[in-house]
Amino acid sequence: MALDGPKQDFKYIGTRPERPDGWDKVTGKARFGADFSMPGMLHGAILRSPHAHAKIIKIDATKALALKGVKAVVTRADFPEGLEGEDWNIQENVMAGEKALYDGHAVAAVAATSQLIARDALKLIEVEYEVLPHVTDVDKAMAEDAPVIREGAADYSVPEGMHPNVVRYMESGRGDLEKGFAEADLVIEESFTTEAAHQGYIEPHACVANLGADGKGDLWCCTQGHWFVRQMCTAVLGLEATQLRVTPSEIGGGFGGKTTVFIDPVALALSRKAGRPVKLVMSRSEVLRATGPTASASMDIKMGMTKEGKITAASGTFRMQGGAFPGAPVDVTTMLAFANYDIEHVHHVGYDVMTNRPKQAAYRAPGAPMGAFATESVLDELCRGLGLDPIETRLKNAVKEGTPATFGPKFPPVGLIETLEEARAHPNYSVKLGPNQGRGVASGYWMNWGGETSASVAIGDDGSVQVSIGTVDIGGSRASMALMAAEAFGIPYENVRVSIADTGSLGINEPTHGSRATFASGLAIIEASREATRKLCQRAADKWGIDADAVTWEDGCAKPSGPNAGEFDPLTIAEIAAEMGSTGGPISGHHESTPDGFGGSFGTHVVDVEVDPETGRTTILRYLVVQDAGKAIHPAYVEGQFQGGAVQGIGWTLNEEYIYGEDGRLQNPIFLDYRVPVASDLPMIDTVIVEVPNPGHPYGVRGVGETGITPPLPAIANAVRDAIGVRMKKLPLTPPRVLAAIKARD
Amino acid sequence: MVQVHLWSGLRPLVDGREVVEVEGETVGQLLDNLVKDYPGLKPAIDKGVSISVDGQIIPKSRGVKVKDSSEVFLLQRLYAG
Amino acid sequence: MSKIHVTTKVNGDEVEYLCEPRETLLDCLRDHLDLTGAKEGCGTGDCGACSVTMDGRLVCSCLVLGAEAQGKEIATIEGMAEDGALHPLQRKFIEHAALQCGICTPGILVAAKSLLEKNPDPTETEMRYWLAGNLCRCTGYDKIIRAVMDAAAEMREAS
Ligand code: FES
Ligand code: FES
Repeated sequence: MALDGPKQDFKYIGTRPERPDGWDKVTGKARFGADFSMPGMLHGAILRSPHAHAKIIKIDATKALALKGVKAVVTRADFPEGLEGEDWNIQENVMAGEKALYDGHAVAAVAATSQLIARDALKLIEVEYEVLPHVTDVDKAMAEDAPVIREGAADYSVPEGMHPNVVRYMESGRGDLEKGFAEADLVIEESFTTEAAHQGYIEPHACVANLGADGKGDLWCCTQGHWFVRQMCTAVLGLEATQLRVTPSEIGGGFGGKTTVFIDPVALALSRKAGRPVKLVMSRSEVLRATGPTASASMDIKMGMTKEGKITAASGTFRMQGGAFPGAPVDVTTMLAFANYDIEHVHHVGYDVMTNRPKQAAYRAPGAPMGAFATESVLDELCRGLGLDPIETRLKNAVKEGTPATFGPKFPPVGLIETLEEARAHPNYSVKLGPNQGRGVASGYWMNWGGETSASVAIGDDGSVQVSIGTVDIGGSRASMALMAAEAFGIPYENVRVSIADTGSLGINEPTHGSRATFASGLAIIEASREATRKLCQRAADKWGIDADAVTWEDGCAKPSGPNAGEFDPLTIAEIAAEMGSTGGPISGHHESTPDGFGGSFGTHVVDVEVDPETGRTTILRYLVVQDAGKAIHPAYVEGQFQGGAVQGIGWTLNEEYIYGEDGRLQNPIFLDYRVPVASDLPMIDTVIVEVPNPGHPYGVRGVGETGITPPLPAIANAVRDAIGVRMKKLPLTPPRVLAAIKARD
Repeated sequence: MVQVHLWSGLRPLVDGREVVEVEGETVGQLLDNLVKDYPGLKPAIDKGVSISVDGQIIPKSRGVKVKDSSEVFLLQRLYAG
Repeated sequence: MSKIHVTTKVNGDEVEYLCEPRETLLDCLRDHLDLTGAKEGCGTGDCGACSVTMDGRLVCSCLVLGAEAQGKEIATIEGMAEDGALHPLQRKFIEHAALQCGICTPGILVAAKSLLEKNPDPTETEMRYWLAGNLCRCTGYDKIIRAVMDAAAEMREAS
């Protein structure tokens, strides 16, 4: 949807006011998922498979039900049959059917009068398993002798003869690879792997469910998208969509992992059976074992370059496992792997593979970081091999408006070149490095998202404005929303109150995902505000007895314009609001759409590391994020997205990984062993916001949430390469691995 | 007629063609006509595809206008994340 | 199973509760006293979201038993703002956008306050090590550290 070109002069946009929910969040008052309770509420707990792959022969809950305080036990038998497609996948994932498909897969659940009793009852449920062979590694899962996770899961795209664990196959590209590689002065071919990383939100999944035997219910939960929760829960339980009202709590992080359901349908099923509200809260180890980490990947990359630094051809094969269900984001990996560059001859092959691991969930720029790790590493090797500067070389190949993307279409205006230029000019890029130190550069892209969106604004009787949106606030977005409403109405930021509406109060909204909230809800707020100001102008026109066309809205006031200019005193929003009831009734504005004008965001990171040659430990010395925000509505929260994304990327590169034992069990399901970055691991994260306006948004906004996690993987690997002289091709770069590489080098 | 570019995985479904031509003034009409004129594409389109029109990625809006001169690519179905 | 009667002081108020011997202080604060400001991020002492002080000492309340609070003085995030005025740390966190989702914020504020009580002029490194037990997945810590430094400077000036 093309609008009249982004606005440029702003009064409130681009300032840094305090967030509206700040007080509640610093005083402990804000209510997150586990902070909600109801009268008569029971507590639930879930029994999980200790086996990676096992047939469930029998579940006997007699003893559990006999325990005092136990009110209900549910198994898959309490869920409807006959679901298909992704609805079936979700049902199967929230409660195992015939087989347990991974360590941690739910097999039964209990509701009891206290959490301790519920947990005790789990130990009394007897499950008889027949243990089956399992596979957790993507390459092994494709091998001929690999155990089959589920027959018939593959879709139309998989050519005959592939292992049944390969469930989707994709191929894309253009040009003539052979010709392209022949034009190169240097061709490099390497293989890479990345491990699964978890989103690691500090708040475990939590909900309170209240479902009656009449099929009407309520659910309070921490989620990125309560309409998604409603759709999934009602599908899994066979309910009518609008009979379930879902209210989101404050959310303690999500990063994509809270765009789906794990415990909510189970809590609803328990509540229906027990006839009372049920609260279900996951423990950290349940989160790590049974919610979605991202996919792991195994990749082969080949790239060619002329000695002047022009990329002549690129090809990549990407194999990804996303657990025991289809859905590894390999489609995005293939699409974005080489998307930074203008490459004539390019080819991608992708495999979506099933293994005995938890169903992967979206994680910040799903699919992009793995591919970037591999391709930006090879690009770095090409630069080294040809003695070229990594930023100059990227500039030589960078896409810009009109460049045909490696995935097909021509790019609209984008800011890759601007981020590279800013990175080159930044003082970090010229700091002199010491011994055992190295510098790495990498760029990354995320195409962003629009999505179904609905928003309302309503004028209060004192002229203040109530904004209702359906995208939950996960990182301070209420501040940005209030800024956009303030700008559109021309009223102070403080006069706007933003609420997140429940599913009973607004039309469908997709989750806060895909870096869409500020773009799409913001756009809806601006349009809804414009509708409201048109009505405000009409009221003023009626009062003055002139045509509404002859009234304009400016600085929070209706003003006569054209021939009537100056004829009447402007009417403020408060003055018009005070008389609403007697001049035609309440005034509100509404907007709904699935906006398509989202513009992608490029970023370039520069990182300096020091590697301890004795221990192999990598320390980040300085870190720079440069990224295109289109227009930063609230720059502090834009910087926050850059910094948070970078640090999650640092964790994925240096420490974080899913470690499975021979028995197929997750060996590190607590934060002590699944180690996310802590304050003492890090320096300050420097940021530069580039603003190349997005023509698809009235204020030029581009989503900024996801791009930032993509460049860190290759940037750090490139820096470590610079420091130790060895290319690391397997993530994470744990001290033992780096140390082994140093030893092998010497 | 609008030229629709296919990703290479789809080409075997339409006798190896890289570009197919179909009638249509909106994204929805293009998709419907693709299925009608090239039944081989049906499983892929039923499974879900995204489309790009003049550089803008359209995840699902069928109403977006398309001109004969538009640059149109079929893309793997995209999701937000 | 018989419950234990506990009398303790929380944020200056005398309180009583009955708890199971297995219940943690965190459970007791949240479930028996309705003080849900301290959060459970891990239950294993690894994330610091449940940070409170007990007799002035910073603890992970998920690692303390409810029964251990007998006769002690507990301070939680709910007691940090006094007489309706935010503590400088709280103000600086809002000012510096040192929170995104905010789930880690109560624990980090309690931990940071405890640091500044011991060491009013910590270096950046000291701060980073003191807060190393408090995970934040959203911010990358940059703005948190800046907010603590700024609050410390303001508090030094005021004293
Ligand atoms: S909940 Fe106590 S340290 Fe994590
Ligand atoms: S602000 Fe979300 S975990 Fe710290």
